[in-house]
Amino acid sequence: MSFRMIAQERPGNPWFSWDYVQGNSDTILAALREHAALTAQAVLIATVVAIPLAVLAYWVRPLTGPILALSGALYTIPSLALFAFIAPYLGTGTSTVLVGLVVYALLLIIRNTLAGLNQVPPEVRDAARGMGYGRLAQLLRIELPLALPGILTGVRLATVSTVALTTVGVLVGHGGLGQLILGGFRNNFFRAEIMTGTLLCVLLALVLDLLLAGAERLLTPWSRRRAEAG
Amino acid sequence: MNPIDQAVRWLNDPLNWTNPGGILDRLVEHLGISAAAVALGCLVAWPLGLWLGHIGRGGGLVVLVSNVTLAIPTIALLTILPLTPIGFGKPPVILALAVFAVPPLLANAYTGIRQVDPEVREAARGMGLSGGQLLRRVELPLAVPYLAAGFRTAAVQVVATAALASFVNGGGLGQIVAAGFGLGISVGGGQILAGGLLVALLALLVELVLALVERLVTPRPLRRAVRRTRRRADQRATAAITGS
Repeated sequence: MSFRMIAQERPGNPWFSWDYVQGNSDTILAALREHAALTAQAVLIATVVAIPLAVLAYWVRPLTGPILALSGALYTIPSLALFAFIAPYLGTGTSTVLVGLVVYALLLIIRNTLAGLNQVPPEVRDAARGMGYGRLAQLLRIELPLALPGILTGVRLATVSTVALTTVGVLVGHGGLGQLILGGFRNNFFRAEIMTGTLLCVLLALVLDLLLAGAERLLTPWSRRRAEAG
Repeated sequence: MNPIDQAVRWLNDPLNWTNPGGILDRLVEHLGISAAAVALGCLVAWPLGLWLGHIGRGGGLVVLVSNVTLAIPTIALLTILPLTPIGFGKPPVILALAVFAVPPLLANAYTGIRQVDPEVREAARGMGLSGGQLLRRVELPLAVPYLAAGFRTAAVQVVATAALASFVNGGGLGQIVAAGFGLGISVGGGQILAGGLLVALLALLVELVLALVERLVTPRPLRRAVRRTRRRADQRATAAITGS
């Protein structure tokens, strides 16, 4: 009952306060910067690792099942458990958070890249071979560009979920905006701090999603033209 | 001593299992919270999803719900809900977890009804079934495999997410990991690893058991067809999310 009193009946604990935001802009910006940096690094590394794996699964059919099953199993492991596996080895730094985030982003990107590659029409593949493209040239100049919508879908899904997942990094003290959320909770249930962290987190996810959607439009002009024609 | 030896040693201490707040206590707590959250999620998402599927509207709402919840951090809900009139204790934790159980339950209930063959629906109507009878006797039985699939996804997700309740001292197996971090990595490393292992094993176990349940409730002739339509539904959902 005493907790309830502190949290609810105490006056001057509003859900949002400009005073707090102005007075602590340095802390808030630092948290936001860490959050954005962790998300960007994680998605970038995951993309660089996932695309070759997806290509491998695409080229070597017998490997498709194992690669998808392994990344699926990794995805089932709860985030807290994953961070707990990594922390004793990498310590309580950003690297622990980064490795965990990469693992989760991997599955989404692999799965969507593979779906994109599989959607390339067989006639297109035949035509490329008939024109004398080698395997690698065909991949780089025909198949990957045509799989781009799938790849970008994966990257977008991975980005949005990584933004939310980064907050779990508070476990090792590097959760970006999660530091504000949990910090506010531990600091006498300071609502303004919790709410600022939450809002910035959702906003960051929204902004990154819109940016990637814009990039998708720029990079795949043909799909827009097709949509207009149809 | 490396963390793995430490973890094995920690798990081998019977007191760590039977003490108050030991593994067994935490396991019961974890399962209790998760079960309540999934039950609450079903109570809200299934009637809504079935009804939306029955009237054939609200596909946009289903996609919207899953998009919005994807962007909300679990920790935010876990810290905000206790400060609302709900108050502290188990209810806010259960409610926070239920929010994350809703999207898979809702989407699968909706898809389950929508995938029913229109001809079957016509035939039922022609036999004089009313809207409610159609839903209860025709659409619902055909949607059971989808409901089971949604249930599995939601339950695994809730069991995994319940570990985060330890951030707000909400109980569950996550407390073991949190307590390990409280001791510091050099001392508590084994406990952190052991806690992580327990949480991961529980999630995988729930996944396996519910996969079995899902197989059992799917009549054999439906198995292949269900897999095919679900793949198509996934593609449609992805297309809807990306707006392509």
